[in-house]
Amino acid sequence: MGLRTGTFQENYTKDMAIFRTRLHWGMLFALLILLFTCPLFFSDRILTVMTMMGISVISVHGLNILTGYCGQISIGHAGFMAVGGYTSAVLCAKLGLPFWAALPGGALAAGIAGLIFGLPSLKIKGFYLIMATIAAHFIIIWTVIQLRSITGGPDGLSVPRPEIGSIMLSSKTNYFYMVMAITCLATLLAKNIVRTRAGRAFIAIRDNELAAEVMGVSLWSYKLQAFFIGCVYAGVAGSLLIHYISFASTDQFPFMDSVWYLGMLIVGGMGSTTGAIFGAVALKLLDELVTMVGPILSAAVAPQAAASLALISQGLIIIIFLIFEPRGLHHRWEMIKAYFSLWPFSHQDESERG
Amino acid sequence: MAFFLQLVVTGLAQGMVYALIAIGFVIILKCSEVFNIAQGHFVLIGGYLGYTFLVPFGLPIWAALGMAIATAIIMGLLIERLILRPLLGEPVLAVIMATIALMIVLEGLATLIWGAEYKAYHGLLPTITLKVGEISIPSESLIGLIVSIICVAILMLLFRYTKIGLAMRATAEDLQVVQSVGIRATTVYAVSWVIACVVGVIGGILLGGVSGASVSLADIGIKAFAVVLLGGVNSIGGAIVAGIILGTLENVAAGYLDPLLPGGGLAQVFPFIVMIIVLVFRPYGLFGLVGIKRI
Repeated sequence: MGLRTGTFQENYTKDMAIFRTRLHWGMLFALLILLFTCPLFFSDRILTVMTMMGISVISVHGLNILTGYCGQISIGHAGFMAVGGYTSAVLCAKLGLPFWAALPGGALAAGIAGLIFGLPSLKIKGFYLIMATIAAHFIIIWTVIQLRSITGGPDGLSVPRPEIGSIMLSSKTNYFYMVMAITCLATLLAKNIVRTRAGRAFIAIRDNELAAEVMGVSLWSYKLQAFFIGCVYAGVAGSLLIHYISFASTDQFPFMDSVWYLGMLIVGGMGSTTGAIFGAVALKLLDELVTMVGPILSAAVAPQAAASLALISQGLIIIIFLIFEPRGLHHRWEMIKAYFSLWPFSHQDESERG
Repeated sequence: MAFFLQLVVTGLAQGMVYALIAIGFVIILKCSEVFNIAQGHFVLIGGYLGYTFLVPFGLPIWAALGMAIATAIIMGLLIERLILRPLLGEPVLAVIMATIALMIVLEGLATLIWGAEYKAYHGLLPTITLKVGEISIPSESLIGLIVSIICVAILMLLFRYTKIGLAMRATAEDLQVVQSVGIRATTVYAVSWVIACVVGVIGGILLGGVSGASVSLADIGIKAFAVVLLGGVNSIGGAIVAGIILGTLENVAAGYLDPLLPGGGLAQVFPFIVMIIVLVFRPYGLFGLVGIKRI
């Protein structure tokens, strides 16, 4: 990706900066101001949707680090979210810990679960790892149901309203502020993790495991680190989800969600922090569209049409992106930007395109 | 002892059906190196197709089976041409995600057409009762066993004695050589998907005849993955042996251990535990090719 004419990198700090120009900073602040003034303009319904989007973005960031950067495909992400969500729910409801302490607790528990189920990745990859993570999802959910005395089993567990200090987070507006703040932090962190030594090691492992190992990248350590980081993100997202609904049940972490997060990553574009945001937002919008259109269709065609529309649209969008835009929305966005910055000389050699 | 034998016999019949489903998976994998996660949903569609042709259409069993197989052939051709062909040569994740998406679409279609409701058609399959000593073999299990054995035998003959079977075995061995002697790889891929659809649908009808057709039939497909992994992903014989082992173990484990566990439901999670153990300790399965490279 090129910089605009007239932007120079005069020293290392400038070269490494995420926000390079005044325009970038201006756009960042404009976005943040827009984001945090949303509750002034929008109804509770839209705020709920945006909160859910934020939670998905956090979760997809984790999956992006694990799958998009490190190449370890996981279809058990909702399972790891369940570990995080249930741990923080139990810490809050049974041990009476405050919300701010339970959230990192849940994240840590999910990370540890990720380490355990990441162990097979040292030996297997590709399809076999996918099967192992699918198995992880079902084993986690089964364990949660078995531990009835702690988690409430199939009956679920109600969680007290979260609060930080004296601020009650029970109102939709307050919770929205908190989720958005955490989402912004998570995005910043994700963007930076992939630029560190570990992040570069992840990319090396994804691109060629053998070459990475020969160059001295410890597969053992970095694969497990990728699982840990990815699952910590999932844990945070899981506990935010549980505390938003104030009730923990295994129905909130269906297997389809695990697939759906990977779908978000594919639609957004793998191996790109921007792509993770694009994907999560785009597919959540699709969900909303389906929720709006579904009842109309149900009334017109058949009662089950809404449910099947949701499934078919989800499946088709993933297939369409895989066939026609395998590099995702992120790539399309870069092309659009390149088109405008190069206009009127937009004919670029195919090999030079980023 | 009778309790144990009863569990073994039930497990044996169930395992044979697992094996049948797993074979569909192995055939696609061997021919085109595609891991077809949607195999379980072919079973689901099969269960519902069996219901449609037997109950609302009121066809006799042989005609219903023929119609279901015809539908499965069309389904297999469409899936291969529309979804898998454009993804030839794409990385493994893209292809697997495509089959997962296919699985979601199939579930959506099943919901649209049959309303995802429980549809029972017990007693419409022919009944044979057999009693050995104290153990009674349920008629449905026996039919499952017989049909599975017939299907496996037909497949074995197909692979051994027909030209397309030879082409499929050759493709599994070396794609480049096959293409250079003028065999159309795309035809082989299409046939492998058709076979996978057909065995999935037959498995679905057999299972549907026992427990009725419902969305949970698709879970059987996921259990079939455990069978595939245990048997070794590229071994058809392995799939049969592993299917029987897993079906038996699952029934015995559930029969003895479920009363000890508060929540029960060990049969549901058992295949996944087997899966993880196999993946960690013996990733190439019982009969799979031991690769020199790491899989």
